[in-house]
Amino acid sequence: MAINWFKYSAPSSFYPLAGKMVPVFMTLAIVLTLGGLYWGFFQTPEVLSDQKQYYKIIYVHVSSAWMAMWLYVVMVAWAVLGLIFNTRVSYMMASATAVTGGIMTAISLWTGAFWGQTSWGTWWDWDPRMTTQLILLFLYIGYLALQSSIEDTRRSDRASAVLAMVGLAIVPVIYYSINCPNPNECASLHQESSLERVESNILIGMLVTTLGFWMYCFTVILMRVRNIILRRESHTSWVARLEEMQ
Amino acid sequence: MFKSFLTLLKRDLMLALRRKSDVFTVLFFFVIVISIFPLGVGFEADTLRKIAPGVVWVAALLASTLALERIFANDFADGTLEQMLMTPQPLSVLVFAKVIAHWLLTGLPLVLIAPLAGLQYHLSLPTIGTLMLVLLIGTPVLSMIGAIGAALTLGLRGGGVLISLLVLPLYIPVLVYGAGAISASMQGDVPLQAYYLLLSAFLLLALVFAPWATAAALRISVE
Repeated sequence: MAINWFKYSAPSSFYPLAGKMVPVFMTLAIVLTLGGLYWGFFQTPEVLSDQKQYYKIIYVHVSSAWMAMWLYVVMVAWAVLGLIFNTRVSYMMASATAVTGGIMTAISLWTGAFWGQTSWGTWWDWDPRMTTQLILLFLYIGYLALQSSIEDTRRSDRASAVLAMVGLAIVPVIYYSINCPNPNECASLHQESSLERVESNILIGMLVTTLGFWMYCFTVILMRVRNIILRRESHTSWVARLEEMQ
Repeated sequence: MFKSFLTLLKRDLMLALRRKSDVFTVLFFFVIVISIFPLGVGFEADTLRKIAPGVVWVAALLASTLALERIFANDFADGTLEQMLMTPQPLSVLVFAKVIAHWLLTGLPLVLIAPLAGLQYHLSLPTIGTLMLVLLIGTPVLSMIGAIGAALTLGLRGGGVLISLLVLPLYIPVLVYGAGAISASMQGDVPLQAYYLLLSAFLLLALVFAPWATAAALRISVE
């Protein structure tokens, strides 16, 4: 059987598919996020080593930070697909992802500031992870700024795709340089993840909330891409025939 | 191929030397930014020495982004760029020539004027040497990365500010190690080789990949 891999690369067939997927992902997002937060708030210890209840912001904080980083990769992947196959829907997905990614980055910085204020007594610290996250936000903003300042859609799609790829190529270097500003001392660097040492209930809450956030990202990205499709394809006859356009 | 590289390099240099004010605006921007910092933070020699690496590098970053728009803008406006895209020569080689010319006109002057900044900030002679060396290795990287941004924003409204927005985050590694080397050289016995090697690695990577990415960006912008 021959599979038509490009069936859903046409906006006219992707639009209804996305419409069908939105409610599914939305349900999953609500169930998982609420479940994860419930587990995190009520089934975990009140005090985590030296931190009191305020550590429970971790569920929102870590989930959004993970999503922020993951969505950048997703965005670049869509942009690359667009450059390779010249499919318009890929570019639309990339730009829809960028907005959500930027919002997730902002959420993680915001919740991190609150956590830092209660835990370390400061809103901001030039800690490598925080700095990387801030720069990630700048990269998202740059991508969106470039895209919105070019009026020709085709050029804006492809130009911002190139920018996203260049950004992804330089991100590891930026991450390394922030982690290790003094190259003579890099051997003693310890920024490893502490995931293995976390109590299992907290971990469950965190992972389930992250899944919920992920589903939420699916939902809003698909909703946004549907809007983008409508806006860009408003001159076509299939859009004119849509029920919601009547 | 090499001949077209040289021809374009010569042409760009000659064009710029016929209108020297462009070169000097960038240079004086750098000097002025460096000179007004002490007026804001105070004249204490210790403070100045401490902030010098960061100030010099941020001034270089800003001066570099200011000049970026001009790499392709004039050629784009009078149609030369379109002709270049149509020549049988590989576009990345032509881009490379243009970026090298741009660096010779805007980056190299910063390296040469840097000792002045060193004196203003009470740096010792060896530190001034380090300052010049890291600027010499680092500023071409800035021009290389910046050219991608310039190509992407070609002919856009408010292109200048937009370039800074796109390019400044990508300059961070150069800033960190460039400024780090200068700070380390003030402490005397810290080995600097690692800084030089890292900056040279950035330079090599930028030399290989940036012209290629810039060429791709130009094709997108001028089609």
